[in-house]
Amino acid sequence: MPPPVLDVRALSVQFETNEGPLRVLRDVSLQVAPGETFGLAGESGSGKTTLGYTILQALAPTARVTGGAILFEGRDLLGVSEDELRRIRGRRIAMVYQDPRSALNPTTRIGAQIAEVLEIHERAPARAAGRRAQELLELVNIADPASVARRYPHELSGGMQQRAVIAMALAGGPSLLILDEPTTGLDVTTQARILELVADLKRRVGAAILYISHDLAVIAQVADRVGVLYAGELVEVGPTADLFAQPVHPYTRGLLDALPHLDGLRGLVPIEGRIPRLTDLPPGCVFAPRCDFVAPACTAATPALETVAPERRARCVRWPTVLATPRRSTAAAIAPETVASDAPLLAFEHVSKYFGGAGAVARWLGIGAPPVRAVDDVSFDVRADEVVALVGESGCGKTTLGRLAVRLLRPTAGRVRFAAPKPTDAQIVFQHPDSSLNPMKRIGPSLARPLVLRGLRRRERGRRVRELLEAVRLDPDYGARRPAALSGGEKQRVAIARALAMAPQFVVLDEPVSALDVSTQASIIRLLAELRRTLGASYLMISHDLSLVRHVAARVGVMYLGRLVEIGAVDEVFRAPSHPYTRALRSAVPRPDPAVPGRPIRLEGSVPSAQHPPAGCRFHTRCPQKIGRVCEEAEPPWARASPTHWIACHIPIAELSRSSEEARP
Amino acid sequence: MARYALRRLASIALILLLVSAIVFAAIHVLPGNAATLILGEYATPEALRTLEREMGLDRPLLVQYASWVASVVTGDWGVSLAMKQPVATVVGYRLRNSAFLALAALTVVVVVGVPLGTLAALRRGRPLDLAIVTATYVGISIPEFVTGLVLLLVLAGPSVGWFPTSGYVELASGVTAWARHLVLPAMTLTIVLLAHVVRQTRSGLADVLTAPYIRTARLKGASARRIVLRHALRNALLPTITVLALDLGYLMGGIVVVEEVFAYPGMGRLIIYAVQNRDVPLLQMCALVVASVYVLANFAADLAYAWLDPRIRYS
Repeated sequence: MPPPVLDVRALSVQFETNEGPLRVLRDVSLQVAPGETFGLAGESGSGKTTLGYTILQALAPTARVTGGAILFEGRDLLGVSEDELRRIRGRRIAMVYQDPRSALNPTTRIGAQIAEVLEIHERAPARAAGRRAQELLELVNIADPASVARRYPHELSGGMQQRAVIAMALAGGPSLLILDEPTTGLDVTTQARILELVADLKRRVGAAILYISHDLAVIAQVADRVGVLYAGELVEVGPTADLFAQPVHPYTRGLLDALPHLDGLRGLVPIEGRIPRLTDLPPGCVFAPRCDFVAPACTAATPALETVAPERRARCVRWPTVLATPRRSTAAAIAPETVASDAPLLAFEHVSKYFGGAGAVARWLGIGAPPVRAVDDVSFDVRADEVVALVGESGCGKTTLGRLAVRLLRPTAGRVRFAAPKPTDAQIVFQHPDSSLNPMKRIGPSLARPLVLRGLRRRERGRRVRELLEAVRLDPDYGARRPAALSGGEKQRVAIARALAMAPQFVVLDEPVSALDVSTQASIIRLLAELRRTLGASYLMISHDLSLVRHVAARVGVMYLGRLVEIGAVDEVFRAPSHPYTRALRSAVPRPDPAVPGRPIRLEGSVPSAQHPPAGCRFHTRCPQKIGRVCEEAEPPWARASPTHWIACHIPIAELSRSSEEARP
Repeated sequence: MARYALRRLASIALILLLVSAIVFAAIHVLPGNAATLILGEYATPEALRTLEREMGLDRPLLVQYASWVASVVTGDWGVSLAMKQPVATVVGYRLRNSAFLALAALTVVVVVGVPLGTLAALRRGRPLDLAIVTATYVGISIPEFVTGLVLLLVLAGPSVGWFPTSGYVELASGVTAWARHLVLPAMTLTIVLLAHVVRQTRSGLADVLTAPYIRTARLKGASARRIVLRHALRNALLPTITVLALDLGYLMGGIVVVEEVFAYPGMGRLIIYAVQNRDVPLLQMCALVVASVYVLANFAADLAYAWLDPRIRYS
């Protein structure tokens, strides 16, 4: 094996805070060889991003390396001068991180930002650097590099922006590329193409890649070897295939069991408890307080990273026992809800919602922008005691539809019919609990507020608040805390408790777990399923995560650019026949299994503007199965695939069934 | 960009129309009218009515307003009652003087304030930052007339005598003499306004320096100098432009005290004169001109904004 490009040895980093030192990384060692992709997985607070910045010596001033070494091409980066670092950054080591939009300078053209790397490191003349920038854009599969180079960041889609950032990272010809959550926040079809690009670059460029992500499914698809970070410690390292097939550390097991699966049969088993505070670490193994295999030896001393098999190491003293114990998973899956009744509780009747746009006079004059058609002529219903999910990528109108359902918005056209008597019978839980909880108010009063509206007396309110907290599995003493003292998952529990305080018949869940860690996500989803059963409420769940939807919904609607393109029972939507968009969406979901490599259907271009949606079928500009003029000219008719399954496509159902042979479990 | 400018110009016309209506209404709410002013306190009611009829003051207010707007637009600004000169001539001359002073002061404010603000942002929390912030605050806190008098005593006093104590000479009678008369009032105004620009630049830059794209630049291997000049300043100075536009408006019409201290013939003193003499035609036009300068300065700021920030251009 060639010597590693990156050799991190027993690295420890801490942040100085008012509450004392925060030991963010402790004794972390890993190696990345040339041409190898090392996947670093971890939940929030694991220290994975800190590791990336430590390598480039770009930590916040409050951070301090307290031990270890970072050998890059044999030289310790911790000892080099600022001048030397500048020569390494961008040229020998490059980094790409989450949210490409904010990573690019908003007032500088794309080409100039890429060319700058060459101007800095090679003193390349502007003309030559500009030419090279276009070549780099071509390298990251941008079809029209000359025009993209002239554009500003905001004129590009998220996927294109991330390609530009990757092109910038490649400009200096680095031997180490650090990719920190490069696809988080991107749509799943966009993510698929970026992952394809990363795999392709590894072949062509031959750099060592450190791929940091919270998403194990993504890591499974891109990495050769994987390291799992928990609360600042590397708990397990091994080749990707082995680690996913047979995880050794109980935390790795827990993470894999917590993942939702596209087949809806396995997973979603939460890891109980929460990540320890880094100011106040438990004695011995950091995972011991949450571990099913805990024994007295675990808390006695911090376990070492032991070799458990060739090339595999784990930080667990009980590893032989863990390996000998079979994994649960299938038994613990939660069954999708079945359809319970025929009575529609909520009905969308040809509902449209347009935003903005010029006034009547300006439109008559032919100036001013047309409105954004967020939702356009959508009809479906949610029955009593049913869970319906809406899936689709950003900008498809699913969130708008959710807000229309609870009357936070009024439709521009059509009708939203709600069968329940009171408006408070419909509630909503938002994606970010932070933005829906008043940070100044304690949890108890926050929960009591809707109870006041219901006319409950003081004593009853107190009792009910305790009941609500219990219902969402929070200790009653949480009532006295403020939101800042809660973790993300706990805050989302409070948001759910508040939605439930009104005893609603219908709840919109708008991406309720997408801001949460995998292990927390599983417990919230289970909680929601359980509460629904006891309350008998209906849910409209809005999500971009197809795997998750598979686990919880009875029926699923798929949206694209303001339109519903397919709706059916959950099993029907996840197998043939499918709308071509549904099929592409499904194929783009990365599987948390290296043995099942992704074969995403490539969607060309990006989602068109909702101000100027394409005529005919909205998907025709990107559809891999387009059949001809009819797609561009005529609205696709709704075709019945089964009594519960409808598809809006010009292609006959029989043919859609045949073309979906790729449908895998 | 052109469409954006056109749209903004249309809204400017509307704003100015609104301003003219308010100015007109405000002056008509005041007791007495032009006729009373011309004839004085002891005029007979008959004489007043005759003059009012001649001047058209007996017509409905709306008609009077419309005819005033029409004549302003066609360039007929009337005659000053107190000076017996065309308003356009008087205002034009004072406006030009004010513009000289304003541009001199603003130039110095930008040339000194932006680097000082940058320096403060880069040394945030250190002694240099503290010194800059404190000094500019002292500048803005001391009343203008005190600053002006101190400068007068120090730089124009008998012992030094570098600059004339007051007054103004025409550009035609020599650039040096003209410039020497501008120095002290411009310096006073600079001291007063510096704090705005320094503070805005400092906080704007400090903010931008924490942005992820600055980290991107750093991780590209860019030097600190390159990061500030190429990446940070352009984005950080956007809000400073707004501050400068407001300052320009202030300099064009509201610097009565400084003009008084240095006996400088600018718009501020003209407005005071018009008020004191109840010179309605002059006062109306002064108000309208100052408002126009404010609005146009903000328009220029918006254009500069759009030019510097491509995200605004097409919205």
